[in-house]
Amino acid sequence: MVEPVLLWRRLVGAQVRSQLQYRTSFLLDLFGSFLISFIDFLAVLVIFHNVPQLGVWSVREVALLYALSSISFALTDLLIGHLDQFPQKIRDGNFDILLVRPRGSLFQVVASDFQLRRLGKAMQGVLVLVYALAALHLHWTVGRVAMLVVMIPAGVVIFASVWVIGACLAFWTTDGGEFTNAFTYGGNFMAQYPIDVYASWLRRFLCYLVPLGFVCYFPALYLLGKHDPLGLPRFLQFASPVVAVIAAAVAGTIWRGAVRHYRSAGG
Amino acid sequence: MIEVEHLTKEFVVRRGRLRRERHVVEAVRDISFHVERGELLGYLGPNGAGKSTTIKMLTGILVPSGGRVTVAGLDPSKRRVELAKRIGAMFGQRVQLWWDLPLIDSFELLRHIYRVPADRYRTSLQRFRTVLDLDPFLHTPVRQLSLGQRIRGELTAAMLHEPELLFLDEPTIGLDVVAKQRVRDFLVEINRERGVTVLLTTHDLGDIERLCERLLVIDRGSLIWDGRIGELKERYGRDRLLIVDLERPVPPLEVAGAVVERVDGPRQWLRFRGPAADLTARVAAATRLVDLQIAEPDIEEIVRRIYAGER
Ligand SMILES: Nc1ncnc2c1ncn2[C@@H]1O[C@H](COP(=O)(O)OP(=O)(O)OP(=O)(O)O)[C@@H](O)[C@H]1O
Ligand SMILES: [Mg+2]
Repeated sequence: MVEPVLLWRRLVGAQVRSQLQYRTSFLLDLFGSFLISFIDFLAVLVIFHNVPQLGVWSVREVALLYALSSISFALTDLLIGHLDQFPQKIRDGNFDILLVRPRGSLFQVVASDFQLRRLGKAMQGVLVLVYALAALHLHWTVGRVAMLVVMIPAGVVIFASVWVIGACLAFWTTDGGEFTNAFTYGGNFMAQYPIDVYASWLRRFLCYLVPLGFVCYFPALYLLGKHDPLGLPRFLQFASPVVAVIAAAVAGTIWRGAVRHYRSAGG
Repeated sequence: MIEVEHLTKEFVVRRGRLRRERHVVEAVRDISFHVERGELLGYLGPNGAGKSTTIKMLTGILVPSGGRVTVAGLDPSKRRVELAKRIGAMFGQRVQLWWDLPLIDSFELLRHIYRVPADRYRTSLQRFRTVLDLDPFLHTPVRQLSLGQRIRGELTAAMLHEPELLFLDEPTIGLDVVAKQRVRDFLVEINRERGVTVLLTTHDLGDIERLCERLLVIDRGSLIWDGRIGELKERYGRDRLLIVDLERPVPPLEVAGAVVERVDGPRQWLRFRGPAADLTARVAAATRLVDLQIAEPDIEEIVRRIYAGER
């Protein structure tokens, strides 16, 4: 269990070191994505100040949801965001190289093409979180702190699973990129807002099929001590880690099946 | 070491922008062969014959459409990870080294990917540094290496974990004479000294002639030759060429027992089989000879004949 993590660190570390060689361009990139995040943050503030209420959710509560989802998403993006270049690897046949090495192919894809500058994107979520926590005056219990600590990695795993499943499309079609993006970036957008504001078919889709409700909505209900406006069972509020494990298992299985359809490229 | 039984690979390709017709390409069609431990085997065939596709099935990259493959006792596509520890692979057209890192860093990463113990890594790297003369560019980023330098790096990368079996897809592509020789020497060394089984594809017949005892030839997906190079020469190379210089240009000669293959001014190439003396006499009787020489077909000529579908 530990050894793959060490190897991941080594592989990613080597890439980060080589990216840091071009220090100026790296810092500019980082600053650029930070700046975009900050403008995003200002835009969110403007919206929150003009919309007093979203269903039963106060603006501050929505801000918390938004922040937590953004952080999970930005971390996912940092860890596996390079997956959106994966279709290119499939098309030009460079995935071959990974398959002749004695490691899981998904692991190797995730550990290659790491881009540290994506870290800048996480800033926006952190800023909104600071704003939301300052405005909400939550009463911090051990349970709530634990929930906050657990829900972020669980959210990352759920997002990542959706991305991986989307990336599997590349094994069949060479132009599924946009479709996949609808799930990944669109998924983030969906998870940022309370799911009870969506139409019921969409809500069901988000709860059970693409389990984005477990990234934020259910854990946030617990954090805020709110009654579920949908009246769903209370255990769902604690189910995120389990859902994350199931999602990861499903994604792993689909990936393994998909790799068998890899066609490589002539050469 | 390698057992291939009725191996087939089909690709479904879609053609046309709008109607997208399905079209099946049979890249490899019902081929069978066995390779013993310690062999150094050449795999030859014209462009698009199916060489790379075969290697990809042997290494577990592609799942066969039909037939059976066993490599080192394992089914490559089902036991890919296990197999990968025991084989090395190098594809001349792909880069497996880390593009932005110094060469030595790639080796270091591969050592961890393959879980090679530190002391074994040191001795084996030391050996490659000497044999392939890596020292001058060991600390240069891969993207700054010349092709020949990079290929030497790639070979090292494929061999660092000391595999029993090595697959090389066009390892000498684009190399100059000196670099080619170095790679060939290296392959002979690992095969003779270390008993590594090597299967290599190439379009360079020099590689085949210097390195391989046994040759597989594939054409349009089907295996058309499997045997020793000597036998191949005997089978396809019995014909020799009589090259005659005549006094002046004449139409292709018509003599019994030979066919004119080429005419260039007063010089003509006659392909024949059997003793040369009779034929020479017949030619001399037919026209005025200035000079003549007899050429044995070289491997290049033989392969040209095989590709042309002659028997
Ligand atoms: N990924 C793929 N999708 C569709 N067709 C393919 C694919 N890979 C190979 N082919 C087809 O299969 C056939 C065999 O290709 P392959 O790459 O094995 O040839 P090769 O013997 O390696 O040729 P070369 O000497 O040019 O490298 C060709 O007709 C090629 O067009
Ligand atoms: Mg090829």
